[in-house]
Amino acid sequence: MSLIIDNVSKSVDGEIHLQDIHLTMQKGSFNTLLGPTLSGKTSLLRLLAGLDKPTSGRIMMGGQDLSSIPVWKRNVSMVYQQFINYPHLDIYENIAFPLRRAGLAKAEIDRKVRATAETLRIDELLRRSPGELSGGQQQRTALARSLVKGADLLLLDEPLINLDYKLREEFHDEFTNIFADNRDTIIIYSSTDPLESLLLGGDILVLDEGRQLQHGPTHDVYRNPRMEAVARVFNDPQMNMINGRVENGRIVLGQGLTLPRSTHMTDLREGKYRFGLRANALGLSRASADDVELEARVELGEINGSETFVHIHHNEVSWVVQEDGVHTHSLGQVIRVYFNPEYLFAFDEKGMLAAAPKYVPGSGTAEE
Amino acid sequence: MAKIDLNGVGHCYSGKPEKLEDFALRPMNHSWDHGRAYALLGPSGCGKTTLLNIISGLIRPSEGRVLFGGVDVTDQPTAKRNIAQVFQFPVIYKNVTVYNNLAFPLRCRKLPADEIDRKVREVARLLNLTEQLKSSAARLSADAKQLISLGRGLVRNDVAALLLDEPLTVIDPHLKWLLRRKLKEINDTYNQTMVLVTHDQNEALTFAEKVVVMQAGQIVQVGTAQELFENPRHTFVGYFIGSPAMNFMPCRLDGNAVKVGEERISLPELATVDVPPEGKVEIGIRPEFLKLEHDASPDTLEVPILNVRDLGNFRIATVRFAGHDLKIKIPEARPIPSEKGFLRFPRQWTKLYVDDVLREPAGA
Repeated sequence: MSLIIDNVSKSVDGEIHLQDIHLTMQKGSFNTLLGPTLSGKTSLLRLLAGLDKPTSGRIMMGGQDLSSIPVWKRNVSMVYQQFINYPHLDIYENIAFPLRRAGLAKAEIDRKVRATAETLRIDELLRRSPGELSGGQQQRTALARSLVKGADLLLLDEPLINLDYKLREEFHDEFTNIFADNRDTIIIYSSTDPLESLLLGGDILVLDEGRQLQHGPTHDVYRNPRMEAVARVFNDPQMNMINGRVENGRIVLGQGLTLPRSTHMTDLREGKYRFGLRANALGLSRASADDVELEARVELGEINGSETFVHIHHNEVSWVVQEDGVHTHSLGQVIRVYFNPEYLFAFDEKGMLAAAPKYVPGSGTAEE
Repeated sequence: MAKIDLNGVGHCYSGKPEKLEDFALRPMNHSWDHGRAYALLGPSGCGKTTLLNIISGLIRPSEGRVLFGGVDVTDQPTAKRNIAQVFQFPVIYKNVTVYNNLAFPLRCRKLPADEIDRKVREVARLLNLTEQLKSSAARLSADAKQLISLGRGLVRNDVAALLLDEPLTVIDPHLKWLLRRKLKEINDTYNQTMVLVTHDQNEALTFAEKVVVMQAGQIVQVGTAQELFENPRHTFVGYFIGSPAMNFMPCRLDGNAVKVGEERISLPELATVDVPPEGKVEIGIRPEFLKLEHDASPDTLEVPILNVRDLGNFRIATVRFAGHDLKIKIPEARPIPSEKGFLRFPRQWTKLYVDDVLREPAGA
């Protein structure tokens, strides 16, 4: 059973929420919707859940127009950002709810509820009520209820956004295992977090301002963003973007930082470009003889998990350097940073990708 | 200008503690040096808000004394302590201008008008609020309002400490780094003692010179961000700081090796640590420091690789070792062996914990 989103648009009071979304998702696939707040992720999930109707276009599920299937006959589950459970039912009955409605035999319900509760590690809590549980346990319950019925379409709308980062970490580990065995369900998971999308894998649809920017295998899209807007959404910290040009066979960045043109840039025509550089392509020590050196002033050393994002300022341009480990930098301190031009992306004046690093992860020389 | 000392300070809400677990904050000694930026970090219920309220005077501790600059203030109310506080949600006077909001604490203290004006403009400049001085405070964005709350604490010269209780909760994520920067700049400029309470690791580590990590009513470590990351003195710090968390495995010491299940890791120096027979002994190493090699050498151990996750900037490999899943973080460019690899535990980064507390070999 495949899901076809056929040129779907949605407007509310003349305001465009989604514009010409068109893609196909296959049975057993895992898909993320990645985009900033208000990019249309929730609008699209609501259309797929049948909670709203498209303004134009069609959504086809297994060859049938979704709008012709009554809501109660659609086999769709949805998990929300908020932890939504039936407060008057215990955890067991919360999970059993869709199975009872479907009229399954008692023994079958019991087997499924217990198996799903075990997968989500809430099998010890079955007789508790949702109000007695922590946020993480409540969301486990909602997830169990959505998984137990084996829906054709499982929609997860930023399900971890209201949990703290240690709990999110735990869930991410489990999700990759829980979803690994999926054969029959189309899973769609919305997220604002590039790292979460990469971790969950599968395919990705990058959305911004209601438009579909790029659709494809998640890691391919990450390495080859079609346009600057995709690179912006799909990087945390954001990809460094510097105005520049190709001139007399060389690359000029910002206020006159001139670099040799590396191999992946040889086909670029002379003219203006925006050059992109991931924060982890910049370092505080020289990694190769080809590295370019910059002298920069520290704006802030921001700690993120096990990395330090060093915000720096060089020649009127702000950059972010990702340093491994947790380190301290004083404001205003002058440091040297290095990058290899091999890692530069180039976007043309329309914002479309003109050159991407020819790069395969793990292909570099071993370095400590 | 005052150093703040907590001497044997503890608090039990019910008043009559019978055992240590009854304390919301277990009795402890701690000093807050003048002019430093501190963060109080821990999960909800760890006692960090209780500790903050004891400093501000909202709670009178059931045990111990609180000293400001050597003077006992334990029985003094908040108003007498010269404390400025910023809360989760901006507290501003809505119907007056930004200027009058900032001037308010100084007018209360009856300072001369020209001094008030000088101070208000100085603080407004630092907080980038100069343009808005004449605007009504009600019309500003949430982050600008929070800056005003902060500014009211900064205009006063007599403040012993500025206490910040989760002040960035209402701030838009992409503005947070700018405000974090602002807070640091303020600490640099005014040399004022600041205590930030937060459950957000990144915020605490980014802001503070010293992070005070709390768990279950106790301070488990006080250190710089780098110290907490590189040398966690408690298993909770290893878990709570850093992502993914530190790897831990139960172990025992055997000759010159650390034994995990039937596997022997040769760590002669670490194996000299004196371990009580009934203690819970664990070995811990961060995913950043554990090494996965292509080839065997005398100090490596063969492991199957269960999976590798590509996270763009880096990859996480999970390996199985003596019945435990261990995570290893590997830079984007570095090749990873397939199916099996050889694990190395660098001495410097391999830690031993007894009953959750770091134990270092003599002379380390």
